[in-house]
Amino acid sequence: MKAGASPPPGIEEFRLPDQMHAAIVDHAMRDAPRECCGIIAGRDGMPMQLYETRNVATGNRFYEIDPAQLIDLEFRELPAQEFEIVAIYHSHPESPAYPSATDVELAFWPDAVFLICSLADRDRPVVRGFRIRDGAIDEVSLSE
Amino acid sequence: MQNDARITVLIPTPLRRFTGGEAKVAVAGSNVAEVLDALDDAHPGIGERLRDDSGQLRRFVNVFVNGHNIRDGQGVETPLSTGDEVGIIPAMAGGEGT
Repeated sequence: MKAGASPPPGIEEFRLPDQMHAAIVDHAMRDAPRECCGIIAGRDGMPMQLYETRNVATGNRFYEIDPAQLIDLEFRELPAQEFEIVAIYHSHPESPAYPSATDVELAFWPDAVFLICSLADRDRPVVRGFRIRDGAIDEVSLSE
Repeated sequence: MQNDARITVLIPTPLRRFTGGEAKVAVAGSNVAEVLDALDDAHPGIGERLRDDSGQLRRFVNVFVNGHNIRDGQGVETPLSTGDEVGIIPAMAGGEGT
């Protein structure tokens, strides 16, 4: 969706600046065939800083943000800047940019937008955003 | 008494609805299990998010004591003394695999 365009009624909008979109795709490409992961911090739902994080999951088809890195972000780095976590991103190297059953089962952060970058078509990476709450998936409209 | 130890517990954003929005809670306990019991007594409902029916930490919840993951040590039996800081952090995890 182009900047300035309005999402359809009832659809939540999340602003994802071009440079963060590009950073997520770049991270996904660098870490493939493993999944990449990271967070976007900001204020009042507005993204301000992207943090690449370590994926400590086993295998290529899962991610788990290093809990030691996450606890430092959540309780020290971000509060010091009056930031909060506004989005969590990860890649799907081989499948569409849509939450998997695993993504839904392990969605423990209802206040964050989940961004998924698909590399299923390496020439055309796709980033989409979702809310995942109580097992329900709602797509979020991404604007620049 | 040992279990008079006053422990600061850091509450992550997704669990602050149990603590009235508070990011830090002070409770008493001589080890992590006692602290989590005291936390659930003070803020009912938070405990089941952290431990299973057998009292073990859930797979996708991590607890750190003064910056050290208790899974790498004595788990919920990790001893505590006044001034220790217990941080709770739910996993950020998932992926295309099933």
